[in-house]
Amino acid sequence: MNALGVTGGVLQAVIVTGGAPVLTGVMRQVRARLEGRAGQGIRQPWRDLRKLLRKEAITPEGTSELFRLAPLVLLATTFTAAVTVPFVTTASAAGPVADLFAVVALLAMGTATLALAALDTGTAFGGMGASREMTILALVEPTLLVSVFALSVRAGSTNLAAIVAATVHDPVRVISPASLLAAVALGVVTIAETGRIPVDNPATHLELTMVHEAMILEYAGPDLALIELASSMRLVVFLGMLSSLFLPWGIATALTPLALAGGVAAFAAKVTLLGAALAAGEVFMAKIRLFRVPELLAGSFLLALLAVASSYFLTGPNL
Amino acid sequence: MSPATPALAAAHSASRFWPGIGAHWGLTWPALAGAGTLALITALFSLAVPRRWRAVVSGAGTALTGLAGAAAGVAAVTGHRSPTLSVPGVLPLSGVTLAVDPLGGWFIAVTGAVAVAVGSYAIGYQGRAASRPSAAVLPLFVASLLAVPAAASAVTLLACWELMALTSLLLVLAEHKRRPEVAVAARWYAIMTHLGLVCVLAGLMLFAAHARGDSFAALARAAPHLSPAVKSTVFVLVLVGFGSKAGLVPLHAWLPRAHPEAPSHVSALMSAAMVNLGLYGLIRVGSGLLGGGSAWWWLLLIALGAVSAVYGILQAAMSTDVKRLLGCSTTENMGLACVGIGAGGLFATTGHPVLAGLALAAALLHVATHAAFKTLLFLAAGSVLHAAGTRDLDALGGLRRGMPATTLAFGWGALAASALPPGTAFVSEWLLVQALIHGLHGASTATAITLPLAVSAVALTAGLAVATFVKAFGTGFLAKPRSAGAAAAHESPGSMLAGMGLAGAACAILALVPGAVLPAIGRAVAAAEVAAASGAGGVVTLRLDGLAGEVSPLLLTVALLIVMVAAAAWLRALPARSARRKARLWDCGGGPLTARMEYTATSFAEPLQRVFDDVLAPETDLDVTHHDEARYLVASAEYRGRVPDRIERRLYEPVLRAVGAWGDAARRLAPGSVHRYLGYGFYAVAGLLIVLAVTR
Amino acid sequence: MMRAIGRIAEPPPTQTRSAPGAPPAPLGGSVQIRHVDAGSCNGCEVEIGAAFGPVYDAERYGARLVASPRHADALIVTGVVTRNMAEPLRRTYAAVPAPKRVVAVGDCARNCGVFAGAYGVAGAAGDIVPVDAEVPGCPPRPEAIVAAVRELTGR
Repeated sequence: MNALGVTGGVLQAVIVTGGAPVLTGVMRQVRARLEGRAGQGIRQPWRDLRKLLRKEAITPEGTSELFRLAPLVLLATTFTAAVTVPFVTTASAAGPVADLFAVVALLAMGTATLALAALDTGTAFGGMGASREMTILALVEPTLLVSVFALSVRAGSTNLAAIVAATVHDPVRVISPASLLAAVALGVVTIAETGRIPVDNPATHLELTMVHEAMILEYAGPDLALIELASSMRLVVFLGMLSSLFLPWGIATALTPLALAGGVAAFAAKVTLLGAALAAGEVFMAKIRLFRVPELLAGSFLLALLAVASSYFLTGPNL
Repeated sequence: MSPATPALAAAHSASRFWPGIGAHWGLTWPALAGAGTLALITALFSLAVPRRWRAVVSGAGTALTGLAGAAAGVAAVTGHRSPTLSVPGVLPLSGVTLAVDPLGGWFIAVTGAVAVAVGSYAIGYQGRAASRPSAAVLPLFVASLLAVPAAASAVTLLACWELMALTSLLLVLAEHKRRPEVAVAARWYAIMTHLGLVCVLAGLMLFAAHARGDSFAALARAAPHLSPAVKSTVFVLVLVGFGSKAGLVPLHAWLPRAHPEAPSHVSALMSAAMVNLGLYGLIRVGSGLLGGGSAWWWLLLIALGAVSAVYGILQAAMSTDVKRLLGCSTTENMGLACVGIGAGGLFATTGHPVLAGLALAAALLHVATHAAFKTLLFLAAGSVLHAAGTRDLDALGGLRRGMPATTLAFGWGALAASALPPGTAFVSEWLLVQALIHGLHGASTATAITLPLAVSAVALTAGLAVATFVKAFGTGFLAKPRSAGAAAAHESPGSMLAGMGLAGAACAILALVPGAVLPAIGRAVAAAEVAAASGAGGVVTLRLDGLAGEVSPLLLTVALLIVMVAAAAWLRALPARSARRKARLWDCGGGPLTARMEYTATSFAEPLQRVFDDVLAPETDLDVTHHDEARYLVASAEYRGRVPDRIERRLYEPVLRAVGAWGDAARRLAPGSVHRYLGYGFYAVAGLLIVLAVTR
Repeated sequence: MMRAIGRIAEPPPTQTRSAPGAPPAPLGGSVQIRHVDAGSCNGCEVEIGAAFGPVYDAERYGARLVASPRHADALIVTGVVTRNMAEPLRRTYAAVPAPKRVVAVGDCARNCGVFAGAYGVAGAAGDIVPVDAEVPGCPPRPEAIVAAVRELTGR
């Protein structure tokens, strides 16, 4: 926990919280333009959030404190991950929390709490969303942890700051087979964890096609605002992790204003580019059947396993 | 016999060394002797007192026995040395030898802690209807659990092992008059535990036959001189026996049968304290006595552990009986600990002592964390069974209203059991995965293939565990009750809540400051002769020694709480907000939602079942009865769906059929004719005399 | 294809006020709309679909269709309210968090249209829930629907 890390943490707290709805707006705008529409504008998600915060809060009958606490837990886990993962600098605001396993498990904790809140409502849609979300979470874990394994072999640690620093100081590593395979695997994981097409359609109205949306059908007003903000921040965190781990250019290594400004700009630019690419891809893809999702995840798991194997066999046993 | 032995031995020696008892015997032996004496006294009193007081005496005595045992264990792991006790003549062949080193002390401490919570719980659970045998045998079971890690010779170990099996069997049978399934489950348990005993007996006797004497010291001295074939045979036999006790696949079939049918406090003791002793035996014999051996032993153990973990959690995810779910989860956690033990042994044989220590430390920490959350979960499940009268998750639900404390306890236990921060299992699984990940450096090809597969198995079990416990907690406790029993559930009495509270507090301490117990684990690792230290340390931040890696569950939890409080305060401070309105649940505007419309545990697990249906092979039966008048009209349809244990189907049933066929065939040897039986005796004696005459 | 055709959405028409007396909504340019079919022939639904489609693109004014009334600020009600849908419509209105608006789209929702007096009809939308804005037509043109949406969002 040094000054670089703390500065980075503060900057990230502001940028991720403020910029997450902007990223959502950019992605919706990219989709709209590619579909030939005019689009809502990139400031619309912030208007939505502002309006939601002014609306009435509702507690459905029969739900418990878990239902009221779940949006707070979701926001807290996502915010903690956003502050501690090194996006802007190579150091983390809280080194002991920036372990890759801890961050992944923290994000899973948020999802699990939301699933429990969905079960708490006692509606069939809540149970359905929770069941599907938990199935996808269970199947994504092996890919995630084995990709982390592949990434940590080179850096000698699962600490995110160490991995990012190692990648920044040797960017050529990014093109190695292990890194490329891990990148594809983590790309699929990002799509699955954030609920984008082809795993889940975030804009669907058909409950039978919902995964994430089905869990939040009962939320209104400020609770919904927290959940929407946390979902966009989650997307930023995952895209930011992809950019820090595989596109290390621009990350600040020193505590100078120029380097920090460059780090912030690079982070914003990379995440926006990745998000726009994701949105553009969504225009050309359809959501796959829920029972085909395990095949997709199994494919990504094989890629992650190949990444570990290549990181060992292609460099020899003595790394 | 055995629980009294340390008492007798200590008393025998103490009568000669009374003035210097503190200095000479240390703290461990008096504490253990106290535990044994307390157990015996409690058992006798429970038999004697009237029914009203039976549960209180039995429960309180068990809790005190556990406390004394925990004190003994803590004394042993904090470095208090204690001498070996040797009392020849008490048992045939070799007498009793007892010694408590830090490794045994760790298991004794865990058992003692579990027994305290279970004893307090048993006061309220057994209540007015406590039967004499189960009340009296409970403290004896705890005493036998405390005695097994203290055994220092093969015969002592086997005697204590058998005592543990007998007492637990009697406890499992406690409710057999009320339910016939209990007898079936007890039969499975009895047969499998004794088959395990036979394997352990064969292994240890083979070992002792090649050594001079059967005390552990003699065995350890003789081990370097044994041929690899003998050592491997011993290891495999001991693996089968101890692995069966730990619930490793494919010898796990007794676990999901015995744990649901036993009374809940007994299930907690069995799952949280007894199965650990299988792991203790593996570590003791494999590393401590046999001294490591070949790498393939440990690779086999890792493979078995990984398969058990995945299979166990898969069965738990499919299970709708909450206690069977917890029993299958025990198989999973024992599998994970075995992966740690196997990795420790593997790294020790390939010359990476730091990693070996880290892996074994992860396994030992997982033993403790599993004991804490499994106790909590079983006690909460027992509380539900006590109040609602059913274990079926598809018939529970809505318990939050009537049983808020139990709901909180089970919720905390579920978080602790899934590998999510700030839960308890997160820390031990983090250590385990760190040990596996850092092992790739400088590894052989076999290791380089095994380690990523082991990591993926651990990851899959972690993911499935989250899904399983969300299912268990969500469908069992939240939303609306699905049956009349669940609707009528009321909170448990205070003693049961106290037991759950103790277990919950232990989970919290292990979750937030696991570094506090790591020095003790380091001494246990050293006593197992795997490595010199635990490889990790630090109270607020858990740091790996010599390797890059750190995590701080305390900082993480504090950060989460700060953000939650800040977000809640900011929301409250926002202007222009009306008060929170209570509204009708959004049911799409149609009729009121009934409990039948909720998701059940079966439906929750259905997508997972579909994904894994090649492994699980679920069976469905559909019987359709048509009307007599028209075959196009259906009068009734009956649907049965179940997920069988596939290993039982494929492995056990052929064996059982073969044994049954042999039994039937052997019946022909006993047709009932007295002449035939006399003839058997005559021919046997005549044949024996001829053989003796020829071979003389 | 997009490169060949380019933008499909028509340019926004000049803003006109809809039915007099419709109050502007204090929702800050963001309105989530839940559509309720209270007994419609689906003619209005087709026009609403066109209004939110690429050509008229009502979303660019800050409106969005959502899946649950809890997420919504406004209800669009189409069709005459049948007897079976009267109570569900009331419950849907109750499920929307305040502040909320209701827009009755089509002649059936306004005054029962051609189905006035039929046996299965409970009334117009205004008889069941308080209506804030109306869009006349059978079916109304998408431009009229877009104008009503713009009244709601104020953009």
